[in-house]
Amino acid sequence: MTVGKTLWVIVLIKLFIMFAILRVFFFQPVLKGSDEQNAQTVRSNLIEISTDAN
Amino acid sequence: MESVITLSRAQFALTAFYHWMFVPLTLGLGIFVAILETIWYRKRKQEWMDLCKFWMKLFGINFAIGVATGIILEFEFGTNWSNYSWFVGDIFGAPLAIEGIFAFFCESTFFAVMMFGWKKFSPRSHLAATWLTIIGATFSAWWILVANSWMQHPVGMEFNPDQMRNVMTDFWAVAFSPVAVNKFCHTVFSSWSLGGVFVLGVSAWYLLKGQHIDFALKSIKIGGIVGITGILLTIFTGDGSAVQVTKVQPMKLAAMEGLYEGQEGTPLIGFGIVNPDKTYDNDEDPMLFEISIPKGLSVLGRHDLNAFIPGIKDIIDGKDVIDGEIVNTVPYSERIERGKIAQAALRDYDNARKSGDSEALSLADSTLKANYPYFGYGYFNKVDEAIPNVQLVFYTFHLMVIIGGYLLIYLLIALILAYRKPHLLSAKWKKIPVFPLIALVSIPLVWICHQCGWAVAEVGRQPWTIQDILPVGAAISSVSEAQVLTTFIIFAVLFTVLLIAELSIMVKQIKKGPAESID
Repeated sequence: MTVGKTLWVIVLIKLFIMFAILRVFFFQPVLKGSDEQNAQTVRSNLIEISTDAN
Repeated sequence: MESVITLSRAQFALTAFYHWMFVPLTLGLGIFVAILETIWYRKRKQEWMDLCKFWMKLFGINFAIGVATGIILEFEFGTNWSNYSWFVGDIFGAPLAIEGIFAFFCESTFFAVMMFGWKKFSPRSHLAATWLTIIGATFSAWWILVANSWMQHPVGMEFNPDQMRNVMTDFWAVAFSPVAVNKFCHTVFSSWSLGGVFVLGVSAWYLLKGQHIDFALKSIKIGGIVGITGILLTIFTGDGSAVQVTKVQPMKLAAMEGLYEGQEGTPLIGFGIVNPDKTYDNDEDPMLFEISIPKGLSVLGRHDLNAFIPGIKDIIDGKDVIDGEIVNTVPYSERIERGKIAQAALRDYDNARKSGDSEALSLADSTLKANYPYFGYGYFNKVDEAIPNVQLVFYTFHLMVIIGGYLLIYLLIALILAYRKPHLLSAKWKKIPVFPLIALVSIPLVWICHQCGWAVAEVGRQPWTIQDILPVGAAISSVSEAQVLTTFIIFAVLFTVLLIAELSIMVKQIKKGPAESID
């Protein structure tokens, strides 16, 4: 196999692992709601963490 | 929770560490290849074309293996660091979008022309594509470093408690903050030095083998110029970085030097052993052993022999220097109090919002805004929670400086020999091929130097994800330890496989030599 082909294979496998496996099964964004819902979630999180810290 | 934070940080560090194995070589080798092609374009001699195509092939291998490894960092932002990710969303949106445009539309397009377009484009167009590839790569790095610099020194923004985001109010202040400009220059120039050291190392291998001698010497001459230019500019911008850190992140500077109590005319520790028992509030000596340069830190941080540089204890007590005068700033105990006031105001704001009480909302908003600069300190209960890992920062900083100093001497000598006494490059001393061995050992050293630099920048600003505003403990998502551990292992395996692939393909190409790279 030429270098070019080897590299294409590596790039495709890497992108497949990243976007079809890691992104789909392990790295779903935690904040999936509307902007307002996300803002409320983060506000609640930061308040809750500050309450725990105190 | 602590273990999730530690694991998430370790995972981010691992990803960034591997990503930075590829990026500086792209930037450093890229400029070298562009210079070689320019020489060929002007001279039109086959030997320069051979040089250009060989190094371009190594550049292409590194580019292909390393491409998109940085996207994993963005995955981690959204999953492991969702509070942080949302909090900075408005600031990061613009730079990362511009980075994407540079990376995918400029860099990648011209990369294709550069690699596959020798017979399809005129020499002038091909040369333009090569330069645009490296310019695109460099400017895509700019925007990533703008985002990183904003975390180190948040400017050009205002916190909006409705959106729960830091909203950008001044794009230019973010894009051209002195911290960002310095960080960009320091990073890019140090990548040039890495590229130069890599070229010298590979060329020295040919000298060691007695193969492609003329090719190797030409590579050393041009690579040496790239390397020495890079290291000199790295030192110059490193000085600028030190001034910026002194100004905006004094705690990081104090940790870099293991400095607990400052003084006027503060010495710079050239080499030392940190006392692990030292804390900011005990009387232990901070160093078990040290060799210092008198007044060095004052010169480095403030360009003034007698300037006061605050130590960790001074900073915690609120003692700093502004315009040459020792003044009292806000002590950390007060910052913690004001941070807690800001957080209580956010809680009141949330309650007022839910109950529709506009008067309470306005009061909470003004209290929050008045204390927002200390918001993150409210997550601490003790002042020492705001101190980074002094030992790690100290040792990585000093290792970086020592290796950097070594690289300067090495590149300078190599360049002088290449132009004045090239036969000495392959000469043996007591049957030992000195230069080739030094050149080969220097390859891993330059990478270690780079990684140490990033460790200083990132560990030195702990516990903050955003300086003074959001510590790591508040930035984290509620993800499980098992999930982070699993992905940590996957990343470790994936990146190690990629690195092995890169090394084996490169070594194979290097063994084939320049002749094999000619179409």
